[in-house]
Amino acid sequence: MDFIQKRKIFYALSGAMIGVSFLSLLIFGFNWGIDFTGGTLWEISTAGDISRSIEKIRNYLEENDLGQVNIQTTSDNSLILRFPSISEERHDQLLEGLKKIIPSIEEKRFESVGPSIGQELKTKSVWATVLVFLGILIYLWYAFRRSSSGIPPYRYGILAIIALMHDAMFIVGLFSILGKFQGWEVNSDFLVALLVVVGYSVHDTIVVFDRIRENLRLKTKESLENIVNLSIQQTLMRSLNTSLTTLFPLIMLYFFGPLSTKILALAMIGGVIIGTYSSICLVAPLLYDWSIKKG
Amino acid sequence: MGVRFLLGAHFKKMNHRKVLIIIGIYLASVLMMVFIYPYGLTARGVRLPDFFYKDFSLGLDISGGTLLVYEADLTNIEPADYSAAMNGLRDVIERRINYTGVKEPRVTVNKSGETWRLTVELAGVKDIQEAIKMIGETPYLEFRELRAEEEIEEISALEETSEEAEEDINAYFKPTPLTGKYLKRAEVSFDQTTSLPVINLVFNDEGAKIFAELTRNNIGNPLAIYLDGHPISIPVVREEIPSGMAQISGDFTLAEAKELASRLNQGALPVPINLVSQQSIGAILGEESIRKISRAALLGFLLAILFMTIYYRLPGFLASISLVIYVILVLSIFKALPVTLTLAGITGFILSIGMAVDANILIFEHAKEEIRKNKPIRISMEDGFQLSWPAIRDSNIATIISAIILYYFTSSMIRGFALTLAIGVGVGLLTAIFITKVFLEATYFINSKIHHN
Repeated sequence: MDFIQKRKIFYALSGAMIGVSFLSLLIFGFNWGIDFTGGTLWEISTAGDISRSIEKIRNYLEENDLGQVNIQTTSDNSLILRFPSISEERHDQLLEGLKKIIPSIEEKRFESVGPSIGQELKTKSVWATVLVFLGILIYLWYAFRRSSSGIPPYRYGILAIIALMHDAMFIVGLFSILGKFQGWEVNSDFLVALLVVVGYSVHDTIVVFDRIRENLRLKTKESLENIVNLSIQQTLMRSLNTSLTTLFPLIMLYFFGPLSTKILALAMIGGVIIGTYSSICLVAPLLYDWSIKKG
Repeated sequence: MGVRFLLGAHFKKMNHRKVLIIIGIYLASVLMMVFIYPYGLTARGVRLPDFFYKDFSLGLDISGGTLLVYEADLTNIEPADYSAAMNGLRDVIERRINYTGVKEPRVTVNKSGETWRLTVELAGVKDIQEAIKMIGETPYLEFRELRAEEEIEEISALEETSEEAEEDINAYFKPTPLTGKYLKRAEVSFDQTTSLPVINLVFNDEGAKIFAELTRNNIGNPLAIYLDGHPISIPVVREEIPSGMAQISGDFTLAEAKELASRLNQGALPVPINLVSQQSIGAILGEESIRKISRAALLGFLLAILFMTIYYRLPGFLASISLVIYVILVLSIFKALPVTLTLAGITGFILSIGMAVDANILIFEHAKEEIRKNKPIRISMEDGFQLSWPAIRDSNIATIISAIILYYFTSSMIRGFALTLAIGVGVGLLTAIFITKVFLEATYFINSKIHHN
């Protein structure tokens, strides 16, 4: 397949994806979870061994649309439940409903809980992101310093970061849209998925760039278009195989893992796929377009 | 791609020494496997050194832990500032707990009616007294000024009825708004005249203003510096101090001064807190979930190995073995350091496994290309290793750099991810190549021997 010829299709695809994600972000925003917004902490106990009642309680809460509920057992034979904020009315309703199912239910605590992701972590993350971008730029500048064909080394760094942001945008859009339509909450899961995608994307992109650099050095007589195409084709099998082997545990996690990690698994699967796509179909053609204009 | 072993003539590199290395690798792997899971052998009556029985350090979401609830004393804060003070408190406590290692606590501010509380969740029960002590060591620093004459008389009169013979210093001093919340940093230095260790406090801009006002209003009066509710130094104010710098001189030894300065720097509490409850809690994910995750991960891993073996045949199989050894090695490092494993951390590890596999795939694909050019198998393999090295090196180093930056500039869960990623990729860089290479060479060697005979 001639990737360079078909690059307009890829650009359109990526552009559409970014556009949709961005729009979704503007219109729907995120479905923020309790790690970010805080919510309610509810401690309840029963007369007998509470572990026998966990399933009943969990089902009841699910039926009542409480969102993603964290359930922890305690040494005092009680359960600590965490979920998004609810009104006093709803609180009373739920308590009554639970009492009907398990008459001996007692409420030990009902408090509003702040977010567990503090301001400090948020600000630090922003700074860290900027520094990571810088780090990638500088390292690639150094690693590709002897790049030939008039392609300045900083170009590789910038393109790697563009691929990174493109892939991150996908995760953002995913959580935004599915947050609206499937109730996906943005919690620490989201951060983990983002980190995985970023890591995978950078890794993948650099492998493709490295092949392009090698071919530029060896095949000086070929046109840029042919070299980039060849590089992509040479790394294609490797990219596909690597993403496959990385996907195996993730797919297994989705199908056989517990309910609470299904969203994370799905997000990571999407992330690995988009990371592979961006390295093969996006970044290499972009390098071509950028370099061909400068002659 | 079949591997034909008829190239015996070219084996200069391979020799008995490398076979020994391989045996060494196997023995080390077995040792590490036992380290990771000592219970199988123990069941058969083999007693291992204590080090082997250390637990994996598990994060809050995987193991359970302890829930500590602290009540905050907001009497000295304006209601409008309650929320800000509580958030500041949250950050200080979280920082302090993180300082002791990558423990990834979960700290939240809770409000129940009019009471503001801080909930601290820590993984693992064993260190709980440690944790309480640690949190308890967060200092509450405050400056108190002299009360007016009448007030002192009033309070002293009340206290005459108490049984304490000592004069209550608190009768003389009343709290001011200046607390550790405004402290920018604390430094140890030496008094110029006495050469005794002193602690220099530097306040931020707001704190400097408050301090200037305090000193302006109290010239000639003593100003008491309280730490954790007890006065540690009561200097007399000579002049107004606009610079926001104060000095605590007392009977410190150098060690005490250093420790106090360090505690103050890690974060002084903006409000005093009081432990009100302590309970053990189960894992957020639940035990059933952990089992399911482990099963899924194992299945996925087996699938990946199957794929490698089918697609790349013998080298794929050898790469799989080296991958298993890699996983054992990294898990041993996680257990030994220890590295706190949370869901984020394990995800970082899974990502690094993917990258380790990638290194091998890069080598094999490159080798395939060389074979297509009709080069002999073994040379193609060697070239595969050499030619793919820049790609492996660059992509992995870039990932490690990113992980290191993330580790040093963030906290809690992102840090956990960064650490496991960095270790996983770092170790992968070494083993995925070295071990696979050694195995391949060994195979050629052994097969050449067989065919020569």
